[in-house]
Amino acid sequence: MSKIQILIIGRHPEILQTVVRLVNNNPDWECTGVITDEEAFAAFAAKPYRLVLLCNGVTPESEEKLRRVFRQHDPGIIIVQHYGGGSGLLSAEIRQALGV
Amino acid sequence: MAQTTLHKAGTRGHANHGWLNSYHTFSFANYYNPERMHFGALRVLNDDTVDAGMGFGTHPHDNMEIISIPLEGDLEHKDSMNNVAVIKNGDIQVMSAGTGIYHSEYNKDRAHRVKFLQIWVYPNQLNVEPRYDQITLKAEDRHNKLQQILSPNAGDEGVWIYQNAWFHLGQFDKGLSTTYNLKAKGNGVYVFVLSGDIKVNDQILNIRDGYGIWDTDSFTIAAESNAEFLLMEVPMQI
Repeated sequence: MSKIQILIIGRHPEILQTVVRLVNNNPDWECTGVITDEEAFAAFAAKPYRLVLLCNGVTPESEEKLRRVFRQHDPGIIIVQHYGGGSGLLSAEIRQALGV
Repeated sequence: MAQTTLHKAGTRGHANHGWLNSYHTFSFANYYNPERMHFGALRVLNDDTVDAGMGFGTHPHDNMEIISIPLEGDLEHKDSMNNVAVIKNGDIQVMSAGTGIYHSEYNKDRAHRVKFLQIWVYPNQLNVEPRYDQITLKAEDRHNKLQQILSPNAGDEGVWIYQNAWFHLGQFDKGLSTTYNLKAKGNGVYVFVLSGDIKVNDQILNIRDGYGIWDTDSFTIAAESNAEFLLMEVPMQI
């Protein structure tokens, strides 16, 4: 079974690294972590994702733009906010969003 | 009419990592229960016991209001804002993680365990500048009355957070009762029993039970035995 692809966007490199590591600990998930909106758009165009996780530092303006562009590209994309910075909430947020 | 939800102590998630024994009221880490995700803006209520000499290594947080209330023993806190502090029973610590913070928490005592509540509240502002604060509470200020320990206002009693939330502690002698009036429309209160037995309206609660109540302006709390409890008023919409 192919892994669920997750795109993670966060402005703080070390926190992003932690979130990526924690998500990839789950054998069913595979994630790509990016810092800028431009990297996010490029990553999103490069392969299909099931879920986008918005992490720290993403401003409301960026979030609105990211959501609009992603939805234009894939109306079914799931986009959720991650709170806590790679915390104990991460797994539950993803599982809830995926409905698994 | 008031709406309620009851979480008996024994129904909480549980993880025993050896050095850390933790009970989760809401889904956390490997405990996942879609029916137990949060109570309004209250997202985490962990009831942690840390072995002597052990603790949480440096780890990140962001965009969360994190409140720690030690119930027994001392916990040393170090963070990326150069704060080094020891929080002990009777203190309350708050961190607004905002754009990102790293911290560690250790029980430096080689002989005694630490018991503390770890409470996370969704913030009402994202990406704020991280901040840290701790204060020592006066135990006599909650004996047979409610002691405000947290609010949204920097000038108010207790610590403050980026959320329209108010926390109170009470240590009531058997037979004492009071009425809690909610501070804000649209808020609910999560009651958590620290010791003894209490009655919230008609609902009996025992040690470590949790009880959420909302769609009401007030409710009564009566001590069925000598009891300590924590009230967490938070917005129900996030």
